[in-house]
Amino acid sequence: MTTGYFTSVDDVAERLAATGYLASPAVATTVFLADRLGKPLLVEGPAGVGKTELAKAVARVADARLIRLQCYEGVDESRALYEWNHAKQLLRITAGREESWDETRTDIFGEEFLLSRPLLTAIRSADPTVLLIDETDKADVEVEGLLLEVLSDFQVTVPELGTITATRRPFVVLTSNASRELSEALRRRCLFLHIGFPEEELERRILTMRVPGLDEALAASLVRVVGALRAMDLRKVPSVAETIDWARTLLALGAGTLDETVVRDSLGVILKHQDDILKAAAKLDLDAV
Amino acid sequence: MTTPSAEVTAAGVTDRLTGLVRALRAHGFGIGTGESVDAGRALEAVGFADRERMREALAATLLHQEGQRALFDRVFDLYFPASAGPVADETAGQADTAALRERLAAALAADDRSALARLAGEAVGSLGGYGSSPGSDGWSSYQTLARLRPETLLARVRAMLRDASALEDAGSQAPAFTDRLTDDEIRRRIEAFREQVRTEARVRVAERQGRDRVARRAVGGAADSVDFLLAGRAQLDELRRTVHPLARKLATRLAARRRRAARGRIDLRRTLRGSLSTGGVPMRPVLRRRRPGRPELVLLCDVSGSVAGFANFTMLLVQALHDQFSRVRVFAFVNRTDEVTDLIARGSSDPAGLGARILAEAELTGWHGQSDYGSALGEFVERYVDAVGPRTAVFILGDARTNMTDPNLPAVRLIRDRARRVHWLNPEQPSLWSTGDSAALAYAELVDMRPCRNARQLGELIGRLLPV
Repeated sequence: MTTGYFTSVDDVAERLAATGYLASPAVATTVFLADRLGKPLLVEGPAGVGKTELAKAVARVADARLIRLQCYEGVDESRALYEWNHAKQLLRITAGREESWDETRTDIFGEEFLLSRPLLTAIRSADPTVLLIDETDKADVEVEGLLLEVLSDFQVTVPELGTITATRRPFVVLTSNASRELSEALRRRCLFLHIGFPEEELERRILTMRVPGLDEALAASLVRVVGALRAMDLRKVPSVAETIDWARTLLALGAGTLDETVVRDSLGVILKHQDDILKAAAKLDLDAV
Repeated sequence: MTTPSAEVTAAGVTDRLTGLVRALRAHGFGIGTGESVDAGRALEAVGFADRERMREALAATLLHQEGQRALFDRVFDLYFPASAGPVADETAGQADTAALRERLAAALAADDRSALARLAGEAVGSLGGYGSSPGSDGWSSYQTLARLRPETLLARVRAMLRDASALEDAGSQAPAFTDRLTDDEIRRRIEAFREQVRTEARVRVAERQGRDRVARRAVGGAADSVDFLLAGRAQLDELRRTVHPLARKLATRLAARRRRAARGRIDLRRTLRGSLSTGGVPMRPVLRRRRPGRPELVLLCDVSGSVAGFANFTMLLVQALHDQFSRVRVFAFVNRTDEVTDLIARGSSDPAGLGARILAEAELTGWHGQSDYGSALGEFVERYVDAVGPRTAVFILGDARTNMTDPNLPAVRLIRDRARRVHWLNPEQPSLWSTGDSAALAYAELVDMRPCRNARQLGELIGRLLPV
């Protein structure tokens, strides 16, 4: 079963670009496959390379509703899947005093009292949906077990209502920062995509697209400096998000070209540790910071 | 020579795909039949025209972790090679190394990927063949690179780039800031070209000797499965980059274990005692009280030449984990022992030079430079035994090769009796223990000794053994 949003790899790249997401060939190919094979897409990579942004871009392209499940330590079934609205059920019981037990029972476990959480919402939706399960690695192992059922069969079993199967398969994106190893069972059900730092040329295009008004030459030198920083042995290497921030900073400062003073004064925008700043300054032959 | 590439047929692809999957499995990848089927469907979906798309499609379906990617790429190149180089050039361009270098310099300056790939093919074809030509017996990347010497092109490429930029904005300002990056960029391009040459040579050898054989042997493993004792400099550098991600993972694992431990075990004695008031029926379970506070860690490392790589990696890893413990103390020894905790704490900003600095600044050697476990352990017990207490976990790192001196078992016994736990991590495989001058089995009788041969094993051991 496919979600059927795209017709070819080029189609993916073009339409994502039209919404402002420039995809590398690897990203475009894998997104196309996820769409074509109807499998969830597990995206890993360093912070700030556009993992979450990818899901949003796909939703924009497909004109689909984005449903987001933000994982955190302690997220559970009632936050991720569904919950009965107990307060409302109690009200219903007190309101219908004269009813027979059978009537009440069938009534309070009906649709009206079901609080649908992201996973169930995505499965029941008749419209195209993109389900984003963000920072999956932050959730506990039990939630992974829950995801297994949902992601392999796209169905959820509510004991009182029966099994709910997706009428229309959502496009599922899971993101992970690899702070915990996800289980092999979950990985097997997904297509795996690692988004690394983009190539020089792609990053330049991203910069000019995201920071309008940026001089071409300045963008090129920015990307080269960032590339050099990434090759260094730093505690936290700058990501695409930092490159964009840096470009915006320079634009705000009105710097037309990159020179020693500008780099020295604004290095703090892209490097977040004092050790890193000192080291980068030494390697780039900047004078004392 | 056969040229299997563009005109891959469906049947051919199935064979190649199963061959690829078999080779990857031989390298320890867990790939099930379901994934192979998905891979086939993925290939069908993206088509066979674009090789890079085929690569990404297979990577998306067959891989589960980024760490496997480098190895996958090398195996992929063997099973789905780009067209096997312009065969015609091999006879024509024989020995014209100078012209080849000239074109290589131009391609490097322009950073023209496809030209570089073509040149790698040509270079291996014309310079790398050995044995009786024309159908030479094999291709050597080493020979190609030794004759082509791409690393000596640095100055030439730099000059070309400078000319080009001078043309662009003639008579403009002083040298731009980014000029200082040029050299490093050229070096990276040259390194990439060298890797292309190596791939090209492997592909050609594979066509000659059979893919399966080359895929199993000539393709190196992933960084975290490289044997500590055999790792080269580049591999150790690569390993060092994995310290922080690994530390983060271990910290999460430790936190999870700690939480589980905090939920507590049932204290049977107190539960039964409490049950007396309910007639012996244990109504209220009493949980064992947690001792507050984090454990202490002492690391005792052999940093002599043979095992230095292993020791340095572990020291950095433990330093990165230091906030998980109330106290971490690190001692290094060769034949004398000295505390290096401060050196390591400062060393996290320059991990590459750590080993050299430890040897230079700490007093580790007496009259000779050979490791001597007996006197080193004796000195530790004499000077630093206070570091070990009932809440301390001690890790001893080393191959237990005593150079025929007294292993000083009483010292180890003393450490064991004082510490909460003692673990010995040995970078040698168990079959080598107590061969030659190793006293491993003698030590293993006293303390818990485990083999720890690569980063993956170390990560698992540390995650399991560290106290919570």
